[in-house]
Amino acid sequence: MPKDEYTSRDFKVVGTRPIRPDGIEKVTGKARYGADISAPGMLWGAILRSPHAHARIKGIDTSKARAMKGVKAVITRADFTHQPEDSGMADILDNCMAGDKARYDGHAVAAVAATSKSIARAALAAIEVDYEVLPHVTDVDEAMKTGAPVVEPGRQQESVPEGYCENVTGRSQYGHGDPESGFEQADLIVERSFKTAATHQGYIEPHACLATLDSDGQGDLWVCTQGHYMVRNVCAGVLGLDAGQLRVTASEIGGGFGGKTHVWMEPTALMLARKSGKPVKLVLSRDEVFRATGPTASSSVDVKIGMTSEGKITGATATYRLQAGAYPGGIAFLSAMCGFAPYDLENVRTEGFEVMTNRPKAAAYRAPGAPMGAYPVESVIDELCQKLDLDPLETRLKNAAREGTRSSYGPTYPAIGLEATLEAAKSHPHWSAPLGENQGRGVACGFWFNFGGDTCVSLMVNPDGTVSLSEGNPDIGGSRASMTMMAAEELGVPLDQVRTIIADTASLGQNEVTDGSRVTFAVGLATIKAARHAIEIMKERAAMTWGIDPEAVDWRDGAAHPAGPNAGKFPPMTIKEIAAIASNTGGPIAGHHEVNAEGAGVSFATHMVDTEVDPETGAVKVLRYTVFQDAGKAVHPDYVEGQFQGGAAQGIGWAINEEYIYGDDGRLQNAGFLDYRIPVASDLPMIEPVILEIPNPGHPYGVRGVGETSIVPPLAAIANSVSRAAGVRLTSLPMSPPRVLAALKAQ
Amino acid sequence: MRFETPTSVDQAVALLAADPEARVLAGGTDLLVRLRAGQIAPSAIIDIKRIREMTVISQEDGGWRIGAAVPSAEMNEHAALKADWPGVVESADLIGSTQIQGRATLAGNLCNASPAADSVPAMMAARATARIAGPDGTRDVAVEGIPTGVGKTSLEKGELVTSIFLPAKPAHSGDAYLRFIPRTEMDIAVVGCGISLTLDDQGKISDARVALGAVAPTVILSQSCADTLIGTAGDDAALDALAAAASAEAKPIDDKRGTIAFRKDVVGVLAKRAAKIAITRAGGKTGGET
Amino acid sequence: MSRIHVTTTINGDETEYLCEAGETLLDVLRDHLDMTGSKEGCGTGDCGACSVVVDGRLVCSCLMLAAEAEGRAVDTIEGMAQGNQLHPLQQKFLEHAALQCGICTPGILVAAKNLLERNPNPSEEEVRYWLAGNLCRCTGYDKIIRAVMDTAADLRGAA
Repeated sequence: MPKDEYTSRDFKVVGTRPIRPDGIEKVTGKARYGADISAPGMLWGAILRSPHAHARIKGIDTSKARAMKGVKAVITRADFTHQPEDSGMADILDNCMAGDKARYDGHAVAAVAATSKSIARAALAAIEVDYEVLPHVTDVDEAMKTGAPVVEPGRQQESVPEGYCENVTGRSQYGHGDPESGFEQADLIVERSFKTAATHQGYIEPHACLATLDSDGQGDLWVCTQGHYMVRNVCAGVLGLDAGQLRVTASEIGGGFGGKTHVWMEPTALMLARKSGKPVKLVLSRDEVFRATGPTASSSVDVKIGMTSEGKITGATATYRLQAGAYPGGIAFLSAMCGFAPYDLENVRTEGFEVMTNRPKAAAYRAPGAPMGAYPVESVIDELCQKLDLDPLETRLKNAAREGTRSSYGPTYPAIGLEATLEAAKSHPHWSAPLGENQGRGVACGFWFNFGGDTCVSLMVNPDGTVSLSEGNPDIGGSRASMTMMAAEELGVPLDQVRTIIADTASLGQNEVTDGSRVTFAVGLATIKAARHAIEIMKERAAMTWGIDPEAVDWRDGAAHPAGPNAGKFPPMTIKEIAAIASNTGGPIAGHHEVNAEGAGVSFATHMVDTEVDPETGAVKVLRYTVFQDAGKAVHPDYVEGQFQGGAAQGIGWAINEEYIYGDDGRLQNAGFLDYRIPVASDLPMIEPVILEIPNPGHPYGVRGVGETSIVPPLAAIANSVSRAAGVRLTSLPMSPPRVLAALKAQ
Repeated sequence: MRFETPTSVDQAVALLAADPEARVLAGGTDLLVRLRAGQIAPSAIIDIKRIREMTVISQEDGGWRIGAAVPSAEMNEHAALKADWPGVVESADLIGSTQIQGRATLAGNLCNASPAADSVPAMMAARATARIAGPDGTRDVAVEGIPTGVGKTSLEKGELVTSIFLPAKPAHSGDAYLRFIPRTEMDIAVVGCGISLTLDDQGKISDARVALGAVAPTVILSQSCADTLIGTAGDDAALDALAAAASAEAKPIDDKRGTIAFRKDVVGVLAKRAAKIAITRAGGKTGGET
Repeated sequence: MSRIHVTTTINGDETEYLCEAGETLLDVLRDHLDMTGSKEGCGTGDCGACSVVVDGRLVCSCLMLAAEAEGRAVDTIEGMAQGNQLHPLQQKFLEHAALQCGICTPGILVAAKNLLERNPNPSEEEVRYWLAGNLCRCTGYDKIIRAVMDTAADLRGAA
């Protein structure tokens, strides 16, 4: 249960829209991203990748590459002599550098470091790999069939019932009540199967790092990542290093969306650095990013929902089958948890199957699992509304989860904002705007848990009274601005008196990855607590100066004040005045806070979208888009809106055009931005963000994470809109023109 | 790999003739991608952008000669050229992004020999010719004579295209090019259609050229499509016949960009829509821009 | 491997470098000249993060060989602000929060500046199509388009 942290207050800084502190360097090209720094004597790394979806590696001859002028190191799996005990760590190692077999098209099999990029590329071409090609499987439904090629035997968990193919490694179940009896009470039952394609996070910055690792075990890594502590811990575990000897510094990060919460090639860079004795810069190409890093899972889902003619859902079930890629794990359990989370249901059951395939290891992508959790459910609800002639917003309101609802995945909700988003949608002019020919309007709801986790923050009051704030989470979309604002708010100082930096792993304690929309919530909470800690110290110093009890000192507007007339008549001591005499009152002043932050408030959104379908070509145009989402408290509304808009845009891409396309040979056919079609500026309308603020009881300012929920409703909202515009229910994503046209013609 | 910057056509021909592994660089928007992907490893790159005559658009015999190194953006900024051949100019201006259009050339698009090349159907419809320089002098070849297959051209050793010629625009004529892409920009044509036609005094179509892109290994110049238009006023029945002929003419493949069924359907739709635009541009009364 | 000597003008400064025949202008800007403001998002001209202006023409520096720059004038993001004076577009991008991660921002600014120099009064559709070659994965483009339109309006007002 969330702690009762929230107290209502009037904000001075929070809720305003100042210019972000890292803005100038980012508009002038000075900000340093992963590939933007170099080191004296640096080498260029490059990775050789398997052209086969599944192949035994019978031998690798690196002699020609090693003999080339300018080549300083060539490595294969044989160079990774440390075998991690932990199976998860061993899987990461195997994914970074293939062992006995290549498990997917793009799997790394060797790497080089050379004095130039061109020499490194030439050296890769000189490496000879002897492959024995094995049968492969890339489709999730095919991979579940008995007799399918097995990606890796012996990885099935006990949760999987007998009789399933070994590619099925995990199964999860959620729900309560008795759906079968629920269906008996229904006036109409709709049961359908859906598919979604694998999509890539599509961050514009490819993975990049600069590594040094000396023979004494000391290393430094500069890397673009969503979590440099995670990178440190994983690299240390994979290579058998002491975490304390490896310092990892996070670069500015050019997008991640979950894809940079994993380790894909950093151990390779470190190994090349160790073998060559030189700093090694390793930058992936776009082709490598698509083939070997982070797409999210494709899915195959069956949904069944029963509804009364008044719109009450009486029973609901869903089965989710998600491909996990070449290693065990997966996110079907999250789909199974999220699908029905917006609704207050008496009878609901879901199950999720994690399925290995010969594809790159599936990675987190913005609310991982939730979009494919919501899409089939929200589609079936829409179809029920159509067939029962019900209003889709009223129907959702009728079934909406609220405070006290037992969620479909277990916990009972505290104060939540789903109804607020639905009510806002209902009263918005978008809902009543007229539609033209071949146009349709779709709505859908979405849910995401949000997360807290391990967090450390340190806040230093400098001798001149300015403030330095150190946090340990890469700033992926304006979080430094939010932290600076919360510190300034709490301390009562002007914004420009605070500067926030992202500390390296040696300068601040463990911080969880930037994931789960946790940063503004958890790091914000720790920032506020660190500021309060510093305030306590400053109050003590003022009390000492005045010769009164610290309890008799108040802090407001950036200064210590006597708490009342009884405390004595002293002029306030500002933070500057207290800092100036800190050396004489006990030494430097710093606040800090370390916490495993609980109480991340769950988040809900409702999306509304109008599309137009060209009946002759199947082309879908998005005409209008409105996002209604609960932010708890919007610290910097511009960046909250940006999260709403960005998630919606990614969802539009997922719904209409983005997909991993595999050939019969198991090779990825569209490993580039030309044919992996993320939305371009001319594809989209303005995306209107509507911020609702239902305070999260678990945060001092009521903040909820906002980053991920916005990608949950779009798949269904757009599918519902297109289905209404086209007059035919579309059940497979993406709704690319050939698919839409085929559905229109099949009518 | 060498980098050569000839300043005359003769120098370029001599360099090419002496080195069969050399490649011509015009806009480089295809060449550099293939170079980087390791698909080609030429011995030399011959940059033709220092050859003055290759970088200009000039009027000739009432038509337009467009140097092989002229980027499509420059064509789009040329009001007189655009007024004469809007379909060709628009087709070139559809290639890639603004950035690509700042580099990509008609000649490069032609010599890259992709069936999906946007400007090629428009050029074919416009009866464009390519001037080819080689060790044996220069020759002019109809654009449809250049690509012979995916990535293959009829150019001989030592030859290069130095310019594209768009003939004088006949009176009462109009051209148009439409393509289908999944996004609004940045994609390779899934299907394309270029149409050029001329009206007689009665407003009937007296001449028509119809070229279909991305539905066969090379762009199809379709007489059967043209025949559905000639002699008609571009009425609905004629346009339906055109669409049916285009679909029948198409011999597409299934690939990552589209299916056979989709391409066959949509090529007809585009032919119809392009014909309407061309008729309007020719001053015709039937049809209209859609 | 013999290298090619190139003399060119970058952001108004005469610049000389040596490059391999196969190196792109982007390679040289980033790896030899330490001008890392131009980003490599794809290397194939599909993302626009490496956008620069060459002799007034907007191009992807990943699709131009470094050797081609001989005698040309190249403008990059590093030359956009005059000393500490941000270009109006840079200022508007900050005011509109038109960036999240910021990796596409230099390319978009270079492209938008080139647009406004050619067309001081673009429609929203014209801005969207001009910038269609500049991928942004964070923002959904909304605030970017607003920032460009707002800058154009301001510049027109000031002119």
